[in-house]
Amino acid sequence: MALDSKVPKGPIKDKWTDYKNHIDLVNPANKRNIDIIVVGTGLAGGSAAATLAELGYNVKAFAYQDSPRRAHSIAAQGGINAAKNYQGDGDSTYRLFYDTVKGGDYRAREANVYRLAEVSANIIDQCVAQGVPFARDYGGLLDNRSFGGVLVSRTFYAKGQTGQQLLLGAYSAMNRQIARGKIQMFNRHEMMDVVIVDGKARGIIARNLVTGEIERHSAHAVVIGSGGYGNVFFLSTNAMGSNVSAGWKIHKKGAHFANPCYTQIHPTCIPVHGENQSKLTLMSESLRNDGRIWVPKKKEDAEAIRAHKLKATDIAEEDRDYYLERRYPAFGNLVPRDVASRAAKERADAGYGVGHNETGEAVFLDFAFAIERYGKEQALIKGLDQNNKALITDLGKKVVEAKYGNLFQMYEKIVDENPYETPMMIYPAVHYTMGGVWVDYNLMTTIPGCYCIGEANFSDHGANRLGASALMQGLADGYFVLPYTIGDYLSNDIRTGTIPTDTPEFDQAEKEVREKVDFFINNNGTKSVDHFHKRLGKIMWNKVGMARNEKGLKEAMTEIKALREEFWKDVKVPGTADTYNEELAKAGRVADFLELGELFAKDALERNESCGGHFREESAEEDGPQKGEAKRDDENFAYVAAWEYKGEPAKAVLHKEELEFKDIELKQRSYK
Amino acid sequence: MKLTLKIWRQNGANDKGGLVDYKLDGVSPDMSFLEMLDMLNEQIINEGGEPVAFDHDCREGICGMCSLYINGEAHGPDRGVTTCQLHMRMFKDGDTIFIEPFRASAFPVIKDLIVDRTSFDRIQHAGGFISVNTSGNTQDANSLPISKHAADEAMDAATCIGCGACVATCKNSSAMLFVGAKVSQYALLPQGQVEATDRVKNMVAQMDLEGFGNCTNTGACEVECPKGISLDNIARMNRELMKASV
Ligand SMILES: Cc1cc2nc3c(=O)[nH]c(=O)nc-3n(C[C@H](O)[C@H](O)[C@H](O)COP(=O)(O)OP(=O)(O)OC[C@H]3O[C@@H](n4cnc5c(N)ncnc54)[C@H](O)[C@@H]3O)c2cc1C
Ligand code: SF4
Ligand code: FES
Repeated sequence: MALDSKVPKGPIKDKWTDYKNHIDLVNPANKRNIDIIVVGTGLAGGSAAATLAELGYNVKAFAYQDSPRRAHSIAAQGGINAAKNYQGDGDSTYRLFYDTVKGGDYRAREANVYRLAEVSANIIDQCVAQGVPFARDYGGLLDNRSFGGVLVSRTFYAKGQTGQQLLLGAYSAMNRQIARGKIQMFNRHEMMDVVIVDGKARGIIARNLVTGEIERHSAHAVVIGSGGYGNVFFLSTNAMGSNVSAGWKIHKKGAHFANPCYTQIHPTCIPVHGENQSKLTLMSESLRNDGRIWVPKKKEDAEAIRAHKLKATDIAEEDRDYYLERRYPAFGNLVPRDVASRAAKERADAGYGVGHNETGEAVFLDFAFAIERYGKEQALIKGLDQNNKALITDLGKKVVEAKYGNLFQMYEKIVDENPYETPMMIYPAVHYTMGGVWVDYNLMTTIPGCYCIGEANFSDHGANRLGASALMQGLADGYFVLPYTIGDYLSNDIRTGTIPTDTPEFDQAEKEVREKVDFFINNNGTKSVDHFHKRLGKIMWNKVGMARNEKGLKEAMTEIKALREEFWKDVKVPGTADTYNEELAKAGRVADFLELGELFAKDALERNESCGGHFREESAEEDGPQKGEAKRDDENFAYVAAWEYKGEPAKAVLHKEELEFKDIELKQRSYK
Repeated sequence: MKLTLKIWRQNGANDKGGLVDYKLDGVSPDMSFLEMLDMLNEQIINEGGEPVAFDHDCREGICGMCSLYINGEAHGPDRGVTTCQLHMRMFKDGDTIFIEPFRASAFPVIKDLIVDRTSFDRIQHAGGFISVNTSGNTQDANSLPISKHAADEAMDAATCIGCGACVATCKNSSAMLFVGAKVSQYALLPQGQVEATDRVKNMVAQMDLEGFGNCTNTGACEVECPKGISLDNIARMNRELMKASV
């Protein structure tokens, strides 16, 4: 089957409006007869569920947490982009579109991104109307901040808890529909499989995580909004329960999986402290506005720091290497995430890492300069003595505290060091997955009637996501895009009637799920689920992480396959299937990660170019001022890699969606 | 560090439950409290037992999923943090640590340390929203200025993570801090005014129906709240309720 992105004809700025004017609609009386399943209640699933219910559809929503409010969108800190141009700094729909496509290193689909930029302003209006308490200035109008990689101030925020407030907004919209009986909420439920009837998605099999019951749920369409799959690396900034399973299950039933290797590794996270670490914590990107990143110039100094014989503050100024400022004088510490992450790894690999942890992997993020600069500024404004060091430091600390106080406190709680006195230690960590289930312009997967939204799909961020654009995409998909596109599809279903669940298709899907659950419970292996998950994470991090090469990727594929076989033989799942059993739930998720991991490596192997978050060592600039930097290959790789399931991940078949850039000129990114 | 753990084990809502002793060695002070429990569970699994069930997800203090009553304190001995942000350096080598679920009749135990907090959701269904449809032509966000002061205060109330520590700490199992925070967020914003009367009445009625107790102003909730939600929110809710009742 050839991939059809179904992008409407016509000029880019008219596509979405024309499309909306010409789609088929379902009349309000008929919507009552149509059921929709939404898996996931994050920004994407929550906003979709609420809007579909407002329109009159019957919605069944599912989440593995105990409440929709706890989806991992809650953890987003920094902000959400929107082309409002409230600051009058020249922002526009086109500029947001342009920045997003460029930031994605020209690997996203133009038409989708334009639509995203187009609806972005509506998101802010909607959220404010819902009572989301965005930050405001003294005149009572909305405040903005700026984020990496752009030249305008278009990021809306609610302190350092933007994701929380947006999610609570979507949750409140859901609550209103739950109270009206239009959404039935299934908390602590995990989707185990999708059910296909006559080639269309017509329901799911879910497991009640409290009672262990296996349930059948039917609907006229199924929407997956299950979030990202960064946990394939075991350690990431994702929640412990974040998983790929919903997306992977539909992949195995016919949905193509696109660009699995596109991962965002965020440069400023708290380093790993040891073998028992369960997850990583992000320190907001905003810190790079004021912190300077460095490692010692001399290897022996780095060694001494690692051995606790020297402290950061013992290293003289001339013995410090501000490597980002050295390598990228134009952007310095504010280079994009992918560039900053690779540069940190390069220094650590070369032996200059400063971590007190087992790996030694960390670099310094130093605020001493910012404290001094702000302190002098304050002294000047207040007419105080600019040569009084203690006073300057004190004044400077106050400014830094006002800006980043909560982050500094979080850092201190975790690391037990005071970042006002000594530089922070940071290191890159897996943060976001740009890849995901392939969808067309309608957000429909290659399974008719099965949609995928939010981080779970591949659509809008290309090979690298800009800060503050994931929240925008999740809400755009759920509030403003899917409710239209799904109506066009469902207009053919007004006479279908309720989908029965006592059919052979449901029987078969349920049987397979039961067999899997029984297998785990009876396997009596010797090693815990986490044991395998951690080993998978190590392979992924070492060979499919920040920098990749052919040899490593081939090894990774073989190793992951072997690990998967060992897992099925030797995994140990304690307890029973009929009570709350977290190990059982984890086993199912890790089984899917063990398949995804191999496809991930295969995709990375096939893409023999460096682009965005994907750095292929074989594809670097060989000489000139850009020597050693990522080299994109537009001639051979300007496509979306959509993989079709064929049994083993290694046998997956590649379908290419060629990317056309009619409204933007392709350029190599340079931050020198 | 070597620890003795006394952990509440209860196999489902109908089981009586009780404390079980565990010994754990090799705990590092840099570990979080939940990582310590992960380590214990790995040990239990390897010994052929059933791991201790506890709720958790984000592990960075924002989802509100983790709970635990540790040595008689909701979210343990540290202040301004959730259990997932609590670190083992708050304890000493050789310590005995009591770990129990959040207790309240409106939070029945599901298993071991996991409780059912859906009563919180049902209070929100009763009125925790502003009735506005998604249309794409809602009025421009800046057409209605809101004083920075009100917006900031609304934000402070809105940072509640719905963890339930306030209820677990309160001797009456009152949910007033949680409900007060939500009522306050909307009461402080112009968008929330239209439905203010019904909202506060309906949410309070649902709170009573769920079996949460009364507030006797002991202030324990504010002390244990990991997000520093202020008692002012309870006062504001009471004012709103008075207004709604006259
Ligand atoms: C620490 C952190 C900070 C971030 N900061 C920002 C930021 O400042 N700005 C920005 O734009 N983006 C940010 N991001 C990215 C952004 O938060 C996410 O990409 C986005 O919120 C994902 O939303 P979602 O709705 O797609 O998925 P999620 O919010 O992850 O929701 C997934 C939902 O699916 C459910 N689910 C998953 N699997 C199953 C299953 N098998 N069965 C049933 N239910 C299931 C879950 O219960 C949950 O309800 C950040 C991410 C992290 C981790
Ligand atoms: S008020 Fe505080 S303690 Fe109570 S639920 Fe909210 S965050 Fe938790
Ligand atoms: S696990 Fe999310 S707040 Fe503790």
